[in-house]
Amino acid sequence: MAEKLKLQEVEVWDGNMAFAQAMRQAQIDVVAAYPITPSTPTVHGYAKFLSDGYIDGEFVLVESEHAAMSGCVGAAAAGGRVATATSSQGFALMIEVLYQASGMRLPIVLGLVNRALASPLNVNGDHSDMYLGRDAGWIMIDAFNAQEAYDLMLMGFKIGEDLSVRLPVIINQDGFITSHTAQNVKPLSDDTAYNFIGDYKEVNPMLDFAKPITYGAQTEEDWHFEFKARQHKALMDSSKVISDVFEEFKSLTNREYKRVESYLMDDAEVAIVALGSTVESAVQAAKDLRKNRGIKAGVVATRVIRPFPIKEVAEALKNVKAIATLDRSAPGGTMGMLFNEISAALYQSESRPVISNYIYGLGGRDMTQADIKEVYADIVKNAKAGKLVTPLQQFSGLRGPKLSFFN
Amino acid sequence: MEYKGWDQVEAGAVLPSFNDESCDIVNKKQEERNYADTNSYTASVADWRVFKPVFNKDVCIDCQNCWVFCPDTAIVSRDKAMLGIDYDHCKGCGICADVCPTNPKSLIMFFENDDNDTMLSQWPEKKKKEK
Repeated sequence: MAEKLKLQEVEVWDGNMAFAQAMRQAQIDVVAAYPITPSTPTVHGYAKFLSDGYIDGEFVLVESEHAAMSGCVGAAAAGGRVATATSSQGFALMIEVLYQASGMRLPIVLGLVNRALASPLNVNGDHSDMYLGRDAGWIMIDAFNAQEAYDLMLMGFKIGEDLSVRLPVIINQDGFITSHTAQNVKPLSDDTAYNFIGDYKEVNPMLDFAKPITYGAQTEEDWHFEFKARQHKALMDSSKVISDVFEEFKSLTNREYKRVESYLMDDAEVAIVALGSTVESAVQAAKDLRKNRGIKAGVVATRVIRPFPIKEVAEALKNVKAIATLDRSAPGGTMGMLFNEISAALYQSESRPVISNYIYGLGGRDMTQADIKEVYADIVKNAKAGKLVTPLQQFSGLRGPKLSFFN
Repeated sequence: MEYKGWDQVEAGAVLPSFNDESCDIVNKKQEERNYADTNSYTASVADWRVFKPVFNKDVCIDCQNCWVFCPDTAIVSRDKAMLGIDYDHCKGCGICADVCPTNPKSLIMFFENDDNDTMLSQWPEKKKKEK
């Protein structure tokens, strides 16, 4: 039996340690992983716990991330609790198998420590990898700090393994800014954490030899559509389970999570929509602008990226006059993902705030308080004019001549 | 197999092989097993075959070589007696004909549309050894 760790009421952990501790407490059966910066310490920390006797499960060191996710698919199909962690290029290499995992309805949990994608090569944090995975059929949740990384990693197992969900889950956190910054984290005890998640419930385990089954069947035009539709329905319906798990976690810890997070939004007239650690930076800037400039600034963040909370996003933003959507990923010839999805959500409501898009922070470029206040200054102008008076898409924090589109 | 709607298909396309528990399956012959509709045993998966092996039982010596080498278990054999080809699963790879040791061959590849009885009536003669 695995030894238990006695934890302090408040621990000083970085985001990677928060992931590793939550994974230890989940008592995973198989972790197949191929460490990559900046998620390496998640895997390293987990492996250390295992070799020190704090975990009973298996750790499989594989030869690539494609193999890592393949190992996870095999182990999950066999009937075990499974997780891994990766970043950036490693995530890109996993992509093919990510679709296999979701298509086979295997509740694997993936800790994704967000990092830029080459080329040019870059090991620092942006959301290129997060955005790359958004059509893969996984539940995608974003943590903005180490505490949330810990909490959401625990909740990820409970959400994905729910019998009505049975889908894989990605928990995102920002590379380096979150993953390597030591912060105060309030953990649960080992027993409380494990009991919250509960024992793994097997569904169609391949190791049940009395009931041989096929995983990864071939389905052509006469069957494939129905299977993909059923999978999409399960992902859409997982919203309720996610909310329920958030609620249960709140009753256990008094820490509240919502599928769409709102900060300073009660009377906000302008709002930034962002992801990752930028959410906290934006809240800080909004507080400052409220105090010193009298600007009614707020922040909205899509805690859950998939299934995308269309109605809740529209509700959270219904009373603002202008919105800036901040995308930390090069959009490759279009508007940023948040711009597109927030616009689409609002178009289904009565509200028509002025909405614009900022590309920022690529390759780990800092998004400073000054940068964020410039964005707020822009959308204050849009709010006052009641129409777009800034370019539709701008690059923030970029050297050289101002770069913008659809001026 | 009946076409089902999206709400009826198996989650994750995880398909059962048998309709009942199959603990003793190894001791049952294929025709005695309770295969599920979703098992490929009950489906034709040979639509794309271009060449087919034709079996001539008059020449066959039941050596089982074809049965051993067939990559798709499409050689039907019972009690070590060769019965023929399972054309629902044979892809026409030709390995069985290649490994057949008899003279003439007991398995010869023909075009898919050739008539088996006609081909059997034109079976080649035994080749004499070259000196």
